Amino acid sequence: MIDVTTPPTPQRNRPLLGAKRVYKANTKHIPVLATLVLLVVMYSVGVYNYDGFGDTQVVLNVFVDNAFLLVVAVGMTYVILTGGIDLSVGAVIALTTTVAATLLEAGWPAGVVLPLALLIGTVLGLGMGCVIHFFKVEPFIATLAGMFLARGLSLLINRNSIPITNDFWTQMAQKRFRFDDGVFISLNVVIAVIVVVLAALVLAWTRFGRNIYAIGGNADSALLMGLPVGRTRIAVYTFSGFCASLGGVLYSFYTSSGYSLHGQGLELDAIAAVVIGGVLLTGGSGYVLGTVLGVLVLGLIQTIITFQGDLNSWWTRIVVGILLFAFIVLQRLVTRKAK
Amino acid sequence: MVLQMTGIRKVFPGVVALDGVDFRLLPGEIHALMGENGAGKSTLIKVLTGVYDIDGGQIELAGEQVRFTGPLQAQQAGISTVYQEVNLCPNLSVAENIFIGREPRRFGRIHWSEMRKRAHTSLARLDLDIDVSAQLDSYSLAIQQMVAIARATDVGNTKVLILDEPTSSLDASEVEQLFAVMRRLKDENVAILFVSHFLDQVYEIADRMTVLRNGRLIGEYRTAELPQMQLVSKMIGKDLEALEQIEEHAREAPRQETKIIEAKGLGRTGSIAPFDLTIHAGEVVGLAGLLGSGRTELARLLFGADRPDSGELDVDGTPAKFHSPRDAMTKGIAFSSENRRTEGIIGELTVRENIILALQAARGWTRPIPRRRQDELVDKYVKALQIRPADPERLVRDLSGGNQQKVLLARWLITEPRLLIIDEPTRGIDVGAKAEIQRLVAELADGGMAVLFVSAELEEVLRLSHKIEVLRDRRLVEELVNTDDVDADRIMQTIASGTTGATP
Amino acid sequence: MTNLLRHRLFWPIAVLVVLLASNLVFSNNFFTITLQDGHLYGSLIDILRRSAPLVLVALGMTLVISTGGIDLSVGSVMAISGALACLLIGDLSNPDSTTSVLLVVGAAIALCLVFGLWNGFLVAVLGIQPIIATLILMVAGRGVAQLITDGQILNVHSAPYRVIGAGYFLAVPVSFLIAAAAVALTVALTRRTALGLLLESVGGSPTASRLAGIRARRITIMVYVFAAAFAGVAGLIYSSDVSSADSNAAGNLIELNAILAVVLGGTALTGGRFSIAGSVLGAVIITTLDITAVSVGVPVETTLLFKAIVVIILCLAQSPTFRAKVFGRFATKKAATREAVAA
Repeated sequence: MIDVTTPPTPQRNRPLLGAKRVYKANTKHIPVLATLVLLVVMYSVGVYNYDGFGDTQVVLNVFVDNAFLLVVAVGMTYVILTGGIDLSVGAVIALTTTVAATLLEAGWPAGVVLPLALLIGTVLGLGMGCVIHFFKVEPFIATLAGMFLARGLSLLINRNSIPITNDFWTQMAQKRFRFDDGVFISLNVVIAVIVVVLAALVLAWTRFGRNIYAIGGNADSALLMGLPVGRTRIAVYTFSGFCASLGGVLYSFYTSSGYSLHGQGLELDAIAAVVIGGVLLTGGSGYVLGTVLGVLVLGLIQTIITFQGDLNSWWTRIVVGILLFAFIVLQRLVTRKAK
Repeated sequence: MVLQMTGIRKVFPGVVALDGVDFRLLPGEIHALMGENGAGKSTLIKVLTGVYDIDGGQIELAGEQVRFTGPLQAQQAGISTVYQEVNLCPNLSVAENIFIGREPRRFGRIHWSEMRKRAHTSLARLDLDIDVSAQLDSYSLAIQQMVAIARATDVGNTKVLILDEPTSSLDASEVEQLFAVMRRLKDENVAILFVSHFLDQVYEIADRMTVLRNGRLIGEYRTAELPQMQLVSKMIGKDLEALEQIEEHAREAPRQETKIIEAKGLGRTGSIAPFDLTIHAGEVVGLAGLLGSGRTELARLLFGADRPDSGELDVDGTPAKFHSPRDAMTKGIAFSSENRRTEGIIGELTVRENIILALQAARGWTRPIPRRRQDELVDKYVKALQIRPADPERLVRDLSGGNQQKVLLARWLITEPRLLIIDEPTRGIDVGAKAEIQRLVAELADGGMAVLFVSAELEEVLRLSHKIEVLRDRRLVEELVNTDDVDADRIMQTIASGTTGATP
Repeated sequence: MTNLLRHRLFWPIAVLVVLLASNLVFSNNFFTITLQDGHLYGSLIDILRRSAPLVLVALGMTLVISTGGIDLSVGSVMAISGALACLLIGDLSNPDSTTSVLLVVGAAIALCLVFGLWNGFLVAVLGIQPIIATLILMVAGRGVAQLITDGQILNVHSAPYRVIGAGYFLAVPVSFLIAAAAVALTVALTRRTALGLLLESVGGSPTASRLAGIRARRITIMVYVFAAAFAGVAGLIYSSDVSSADSNAAGNLIELNAILAVVLGGTALTGGRFSIAGSVLGAVIITTLDITAVSVGVPVETTLLFKAIVVIILCLAQSPTFRAKVFGRFATKKAATREAVAA
């Protein structure tokens, strides 16, 4: 919505040249810090109120249960940083698990199925990126079509849930990394953490990463500055597609099944995690670390509700909605102040 | 000679934007490119930076013939541009803005500390000592502009630096800083192409200037040898003699009885300095001044399109505060914007719908104008203003510019305003339509309506107005009663020099 | 003939005709309408009856889209209104009292109006992008619905309530009548008053509209309230039809279907000119498609694939760059790329 009531005001009250900055606090960090504070408060509340909440395994289980979401949210972070959105991720998870399960059931070797499954989302993401860049179709609509396509294809393949009994898959699903005091994480967590670290490094240390921020900040300027806007944008959707596929593979490890209705509404969870993690929905500001915190917030809400016992699952949605509202308003305030 | 453009021709569908223009730049000079809006300045810059392909002529850079296919190529060849709107990424750090796309790297990753060091050096060259790791938008526009210049000149091989209206949003001390930087770069033998609407600035900084008009080259002059008066007449395209000979209609002095609107110290920082202005019923007030002198800004304040931050406004002798155009409309004020396409017509609606829009907005959505009444009104004004084609159900975007302008006028006229503000109603429309609109304005005023007439064309302003407000550098500098001894020459003198009072 | 081809409803109508015709191949008595127990029966009647919720939601969506916005929360609002209605009816001492049920319906719609105001407030007053602003209610709304029903599927037994979604009046399905009334109301509101003109003007150019004195903020809030109210009625129809409130199933994916219906009907997502008839047709097409899928014997959900293809084709057809690239001469193509670079 274009703000039609307040015309842009030219900046005034600026200091003379050479003077120090207008204000010191780095506004980019405020949302992430807010999320961190929120997380700490939630955790403390949990530890204080519930027996056993303080166990390390409780925290680790948040990771175990949300590893796939973490991977998907990382891809979503890239897309949102450029100012776009990807609605197809939930459907891609469904398509990936369905294809993987179907092929495994047909006796294909895991070594072939795994790369194929990862390729699905990547190719779909590439296609959506191309449509968005070359034909100037709104990301919302292009990825909505992608969502219909992926969900439709998976339903076409099989409407029912398909169990996965493949040895490799079972091994992966049961793989646990145990630590001295008996706590453990699953393979999914390890993969998710690797993805997170790599994604964060790429954003911070490579030209590709910085171009993503530049496009999100001002795509027209980025073009005039000679940056490869089109290539970066397509790459970002491709990456998000890949992450969704990888998320799908992790999900199939997690549930040992392929089902065309897996991941319903997961795109909303991913978007919510990214926004709560302090990434600006209009692009150009935010960190992968923030997204991780956002996913943890979502996971912790569920954990608290489980521990509480008499609270029901729908509180998750309501709380997430309230948090979304709070963070969106916070973003508005922060960006308005910066301008 | 660092740059030589000869016989440049650029044609857009239906328009010759540049017609055989020659342009040259010497190393270590600051060269101003002058001309009214639409003279071809920005087209020439875009041709030079490779945004547009040329249809004729050739460009030689440092003695070699070149042809760029994009800004990046031009930049690599040594032509850098800083645009009016700072084209950087506000969310990135200062250092990144200088280096993005060519960041120093080590082991395949960005070498941040090296980048910060180099950014610091590069800004130090421009006499700027700031924290380069801070986000760009935490700094003022002036500093952002410096960062843009740092980016443009850091390539190392910069031969030509184009500054496209860099001063339009800077205040006096910031402009001085910018000029200091420009002089420094000049000493480093960079050729600077400078575009500005502020004549004083041009005369302060430029060594030579090239004047364009209507896509044609008028001439190349040394700044010291071309008085401001002559420059303005070359830009506008009328010899002084010819300007003096414009037929003067001794307009009947208006009955200055009923004040409609009175502005006292009304102003808005950054767009127009506080001004006093009184408009009476039946009076045509002309606003004269070059583009960017604050004409439109003044008009917008009177209509509530922008909010003033100083002064007050009286309507019919009682103080009024306009929070939105709608407030002004209820007081009988109408405003037709100069940006016909983006702020005026709504292209996908029909002529009829566009005409009734303001009246309908004033009535509110619950009280639609009956269709028969709509047709009557529309029919009347389509006939009166001779809107062609005379089909009210035609989409307005399919009409010519002049007819779109008439549709806009009709939109406001049917609201029966007491003060009609029209901003550049005759720009870009053909002679016939122009004359019709001028005649209409005179008729309206005779009928008792007050008109604030904004136009870049002095003849027009002189012919129509009872009194003329002259603007210069975002300041209302003089009010002239349009008597026989006021002529274009007199107004131009004020526009060009800013001095008031003395007659030539 | 060319005029006919160019008419903006030509393609939607053509698609609908083809869909209906293809049903003939699979079921012979597709077009048969019979009168049983004083009710009309038949596949066509079924289509009309089952289109009702989507038609309602698409109507509201059309108005929102015409201002250049979008409303993702309609599905959640549907769930909430159904949930509240069923909860209140469950508490009634006499669930068969028509007056009480009408009061309940009024309460449910009133709640939806509040949610509409909320969306409008976020968009028009706080200036948050519509997609993001309505996302909040989209996420939280289903939680609210579940909160109301306590996570259960609430079954109700109320004859008057059942009439809304499954009843017949003069042999015609009541839900169809409600949808028809809503269409008539919307047409009257937008075309009999000046609302339509002002909406199109705001969507066409917000800046020019403001300078013409239009109160864009008020109008924007209003369309979100409309969208929520219509979604609320749709939720009542849905829940009444199944005599229960299912917070998860009610209005699932309907926001996407509604957007699709609007786009199918020829209203551009960028706002401006809108076509109510087009959106209604779009909604009927989508419902027909779902029903056709059943009669052909493929899973209903496979229609998603078809929808995906339709969305892709429509988007590409609406993209000027695509048209220039594919249909334009080489010169236009070059110009378009240039423009893209210049912009």
